[in-house]
Amino acid sequence: MATAAHTSALVHTSAPAHHHYTTLGLDSRKVAIWAFIGSECMLFVSLISTYLIYKGRSVIGPFPHETWTDPSTGQVFKPILNIPVTSASTFVLLMSSLFMVLALAAVQNKELPKRTRGERILGNSKLWLLMTALAGTTFLGFQAYEFTSFVHEGLSIRRNLFGSTFFTLTGFHGAHVTAGVLWLVTMLAIDYRRGLGSKDSLLVDICALYWHFVDVVWIAIFTLVYLIK
Amino acid sequence: MATTAVQTPAYAAEYPGEHNGLWAWLTTVDHKRIGILYLYTALGFFVFGGIEAVVIRIQLGAPNQHLVSAEFYNQLFTMHGTTMIFLAIMPLSAAFFNFLIPLQIGARDVAFPRLNAFSYWVYLFGGLFITIPIFFAVAPNGGWFGYAPLTTKPYSPGLNIDFWVIGLQILGISSLAAAFNFLTTIINLRAPGMSLMRMPMFTWMAFVVQVLLVLAFPVITIALVFLLFDRFFGTNFYNTVSAGADPLLWQHLFWIFGHPEVYILILPAFGLVSEVIPVSSKKPLFGYPVMVYSGILIGVLGFGVWAHHMFAVGMGPIADTFFGLATMLIAIPTGVKIFNWIATMAQGAVRYTTANLFAIALVGLFTIGGISGIMHSSPPADLQQTDTYFIVAHFHYVLFGGSIMGIFAGIYHYFPKITGRMLDEKLGLWHFWLMFIAMNLTFFPMHFSGMLGMPRRIYTYDSGQGWTAFNVMSTVGALIFPVAMLFFIYNFFKSRRSGEIAGPNPWGAGTLEWTIPSPPPEYNFAKIPTVTTRYPLWEGKEADHESARINAQTGKTPDELGIIIPYSTIKPLFVALGLVVMFCGLIWTKALIAVGAGTMIFSLYSWLLSPLEPEHH
Repeated sequence: MATAAHTSALVHTSAPAHHHYTTLGLDSRKVAIWAFIGSECMLFVSLISTYLIYKGRSVIGPFPHETWTDPSTGQVFKPILNIPVTSASTFVLLMSSLFMVLALAAVQNKELPKRTRGERILGNSKLWLLMTALAGTTFLGFQAYEFTSFVHEGLSIRRNLFGSTFFTLTGFHGAHVTAGVLWLVTMLAIDYRRGLGSKDSLLVDICALYWHFVDVVWIAIFTLVYLIK
Repeated sequence: MATTAVQTPAYAAEYPGEHNGLWAWLTTVDHKRIGILYLYTALGFFVFGGIEAVVIRIQLGAPNQHLVSAEFYNQLFTMHGTTMIFLAIMPLSAAFFNFLIPLQIGARDVAFPRLNAFSYWVYLFGGLFITIPIFFAVAPNGGWFGYAPLTTKPYSPGLNIDFWVIGLQILGISSLAAAFNFLTTIINLRAPGMSLMRMPMFTWMAFVVQVLLVLAFPVITIALVFLLFDRFFGTNFYNTVSAGADPLLWQHLFWIFGHPEVYILILPAFGLVSEVIPVSSKKPLFGYPVMVYSGILIGVLGFGVWAHHMFAVGMGPIADTFFGLATMLIAIPTGVKIFNWIATMAQGAVRYTTANLFAIALVGLFTIGGISGIMHSSPPADLQQTDTYFIVAHFHYVLFGGSIMGIFAGIYHYFPKITGRMLDEKLGLWHFWLMFIAMNLTFFPMHFSGMLGMPRRIYTYDSGQGWTAFNVMSTVGALIFPVAMLFFIYNFFKSRRSGEIAGPNPWGAGTLEWTIPSPPPEYNFAKIPTVTTRYPLWEGKEADHESARINAQTGKTPDELGIIIPYSTIKPLFVALGLVVMFCGLIWTKALIAVGAGTMIFSLYSWLLSPLEPEHH
């Protein structure tokens, strides 16, 4: 990635495939990412369904929304989910989608003249890619805090059905956010190395589709796991 | 075994200079070569799974035999099923997807040539990963369906199931990567004029299969992740003893994948015979649009019938009724296909070539398997038949009589296109008739041993149950298969070296793949064809003939034609290797996880940041 040869390669791989005839007139990568997202839907549907099937079937606590007293020790476990904190992290993740939209728009309109200061800020693709990645990282920080505090409160992945399904579901989502952040950081590095222009829109467009998808999945998880009692 | 994959077939000699030798095969991104790699590897695994089956049949050849122990018998039937489904039939289909889809739609390659190579290498390494343990008697032993909680740590403490869980996870990655690739290829790389309703039937069925793969594999991925977590990290997904887990969770997740998987195995074979029968009858496929809709309908309904594998668990009358009826409905589109193949042959100038005999065998044998399938779509009947040899008879009629017969029809039909030479018809007829007799002698008596109550998966049985005679027949039949396969293997290698030269269109077929030389040049089409009809060589207009004339010429290099060919690259192999090493770390030492992940990420970045092909001018 550091060599000149690779830099020119970047230019090449990102160039629109104008020379290749395609049936839809779309770049194949765009078609493939939609197929990938379709597949990912089934992945999360399986995870979420399992969570819902096992909801309320844990033999011992702690539970997501109810207090539980251990009959043998008398220890009291509070409801585990911290909805205000997760609402904050959800807000941050939703904001990241807005930043992603701005990043894509900035790349698509890179060559347009920027007259005002506002136009220059809106047209700064590095800024918005960075903001998106930072928001994603913040969300992951919230998740790390959430996981550790749950473990302190007595909910581990081995504890009960709720622990197993909750950590696996949200952990899988977290892993997807992590992959997305790495993707965004890679885009950012390319932007710093040689600058992303409108000819690179497709690269950012695909990344953005993935990022929005991961956000949408979180909205489903937040509603079904956190909000519905 | 699978090592045959890296030997250089004579085919390589068709390409000049740098394209020869082992390195060329390790670094190839050409869909035709990757298809050939799939073909060799999958045939290797097919032979290996067949040897396992023969050992099983010898063990069951007489009552109270102890050729193998009960423990090893469990490994044999598990690996026979796993090998045939994931390492033989699916990749044999993938061999045809690779070789044929771009040729049938008029494309120069698949949409993502390097991803295609990656899929193959993951398949090869994953296949070795799951197969090698049987040489150390630690092979998976929980059945190809791996029912949890049986496969959780307390009940299966050894490494056996670890190999299975991780192996299938690896193979799933290969299938998914390939599915995204083929799906995109079929949607987006069709030549001008190649509308969906002009696509050859094989490509249509391949299209349906890719959709099934994309939607069904994530479900098994998650089921396997749960099992992996239960076994390695002590989670409770299948812990029915102390955590209150649902003993049916695995069964539901597995069969939501597992039933579409059945259509993933059969639809490619349906596609192949839909190419062979019209060509051998010199008639266009009868009722093409209905064949398309039937294929789609089979795929859609395939997602709504999973619980017919679970009638015996007691789901209650409403669920049983729903899944029983949905299952019976599938007989309609399937029956439509059977009738349409027959109607294609009717009043045609039918040639009984080996390829066509295999195709006709599919029509007949699949019908038998389909009818026994309708029998156990009825829950009361299923309760009598489930877990008996009747079921074994049923699914071998659809998978062997259907998928394998269809795939051999495809091999005989397309061998000339792949190698440029014809397979010997005389040896082919020997192969066909021996295999046809072996197939029926082995599996037909299983209907009776099953009806008499012989359970599946038992390693031996007492005399005096009335099962002995039927088992002897099955074993004799099973011993004929190796003889049939020897004819095939001899024919394959002999014809590849000295078979009759095929020419571009030895069968007088009508679709695009037959307009180009055999074997095809690496760019496939000198000119991307223009398509005005389903059978350009039979009923094409001036544009079709013009394209065919240009594409039939041989000996032109890509440079002379100004066609840009993707670079060969070793990177996909390294990404696949890193991935598999990473998974190996779960079993051996944690350090391997870091080594594998490092290799994978480094190779992946290096791949993504390097250009696919030379600059255009």
